[in-house]
Amino acid sequence: MIYKLTIKKAKEWLANKEFSSAELTKACLDRIKETDETLRAFVTITEAHALEDARRADELIANGDDKPLLGIPFVIKDNFSTVGVQTSASSNVLRGYVPPFDATVVAKLKEAGMVMLGKTNMDAFAHGSSTETSDFGTTKNPWNPEFLPGGSSGGTGASVAADQAIAGIGSETAGSIRQPAAWCGIVGLKPTYGRVSRYGVVAMASSTDSPGPMTKIVEDSALVLNVLAGKDPHDATSSPKPTKDYTKGLNKSIKGRKIGISAKYIEGIEKDVLKAFEEARRVFEKLGASVVDIADLGIDILDPQYSIGVYTILQRAEVSSNLARFDGIRYGNDRSAFGDEAKRRIMLGTYTLSAGYYDAFYKKALKVRTIIVNEFHKMFEEVDAFIAPTSPSPAMPLGSSKNHPMFGEMADVLVEPSSIAGLPGINVPAGFSSNKLPIGLQVMGTQFAEDTILNLAHEFEANTEWHLRKPEL
Amino acid sequence: MKINIKHVAKLANLTLTKEEEKRFEKQLEVTLDTINKLNEVNTDNTEITSQVTGLENVMDDDIPQPSLSQKKALANAKNTYNGLFVVKAILEE
Repeated sequence: MIYKLTIKKAKEWLANKEFSSAELTKACLDRIKETDETLRAFVTITEAHALEDARRADELIANGDDKPLLGIPFVIKDNFSTVGVQTSASSNVLRGYVPPFDATVVAKLKEAGMVMLGKTNMDAFAHGSSTETSDFGTTKNPWNPEFLPGGSSGGTGASVAADQAIAGIGSETAGSIRQPAAWCGIVGLKPTYGRVSRYGVVAMASSTDSPGPMTKIVEDSALVLNVLAGKDPHDATSSPKPTKDYTKGLNKSIKGRKIGISAKYIEGIEKDVLKAFEEARRVFEKLGASVVDIADLGIDILDPQYSIGVYTILQRAEVSSNLARFDGIRYGNDRSAFGDEAKRRIMLGTYTLSAGYYDAFYKKALKVRTIIVNEFHKMFEEVDAFIAPTSPSPAMPLGSSKNHPMFGEMADVLVEPSSIAGLPGINVPAGFSSNKLPIGLQVMGTQFAEDTILNLAHEFEANTEWHLRKPEL
Repeated sequence: MKINIKHVAKLANLTLTKEEEKRFEKQLEVTLDTINKLNEVNTDNTEITSQVTGLENVMDDDIPQPSLSQKKALANAKNTYNGLFVVKAILEE
């Protein structure tokens, strides 16, 4: 059962020669064979690559090398370019496309010594929050295969939750890391926009796309962020701000920390989720943090419903522009291979950017975006972090997204505002619903405050046991 | 709110079936109704935000570096000729 280990534990055991990376990798591959017929978390399993990576890692370990992720089996979302391995973004348009280069995130993970087990399923082009828009079939939730894993990084979420891998990589435009992490009961960190390079990631909305780790515990996310964070000359929007050692300070006392909540923000969420959130709030209070409704600090925020409007306009506009490149001439298949969701998004974006509608829609959304950014700015002058449930409900049944053109936006209403503002957020397991599905809590911080939210999430995790529960498979 | 689906599909370089035109038209109108909610927010004196990084005019050092070989660049193309991509004719005699 060594596939159940966290990165932290696996590293210790590898260093102590309790087992080899080859053995750990084999255990994960066996677990995949045993469970993936049900879960369908993968688009591509790279068994031969993985065993070769592991063999090389074992040689390095024998030589005393201590690269940060040496010999650790990972799964990678299928929108990250991987040299020599199909990168389809779960779409028929890119089915069969084999990139000649690695995304910066993948190159950094390889440099850090990871073993790649395969590429995980997602909503096609990351358009969705269910994996139901994938052209490679729907991934199932490991807690109950009749339910969705969330998305778009649903394959990575399900895979890590089912212990098919030690850790995984997702990407988030607005919810695509945090929401599947919440629905699958794992940790998911969406870094500040610009903290992690977007180079080589199949683009969705370039002004918000943020790659990040999906892991079993908070400390693992910090370890992976250490590897991923930093300026990349290939991505001009990546930040030159110095990075930190994100594993330092995880254990810091949170006594005296000021945490914001908002009754207005979470209006209308499901009862079980509200109950878990109330309990989470008490955990923070017990640890000595003060939890205050930002309304009592005189801070007003827009109803998150408006963020749906802003996000829908901006994201569709950026999608229509980013997906214009797919013509089937240089790589991939032609535009007739787009699925319904991609077509809808391309058309809405084309419409809102077209002559006569640009001011009414696109420009209006950019202005409301300013209001949202300013509100968060004001809020984080008063509080160290803002907490809320990650999703208004636990995982929804298979089929829920079909023919609901706004399904994703409704599922992501609580994460969209911070994504629009480019802020970091992390999901931690925070309870279970009456039908035994995981519920997630998110901690959001100001720009580049990954260390603050990791500290709060870590202390929450250290004082709860939700992350220790495992799905029966 | 009405949307001229044929015109938009043409701008987006998408070919739609009659059935798709009808279905998407309805679905896009639902989406437009949701986003129209933004008109309730007063933005009279608000500037736009098109990026949140604060970075402007990011320059790269001008150092020549190797790029993809012709062979690699063409490896994913379905249709090549004499080491070049084949594209549809845009001008015809």
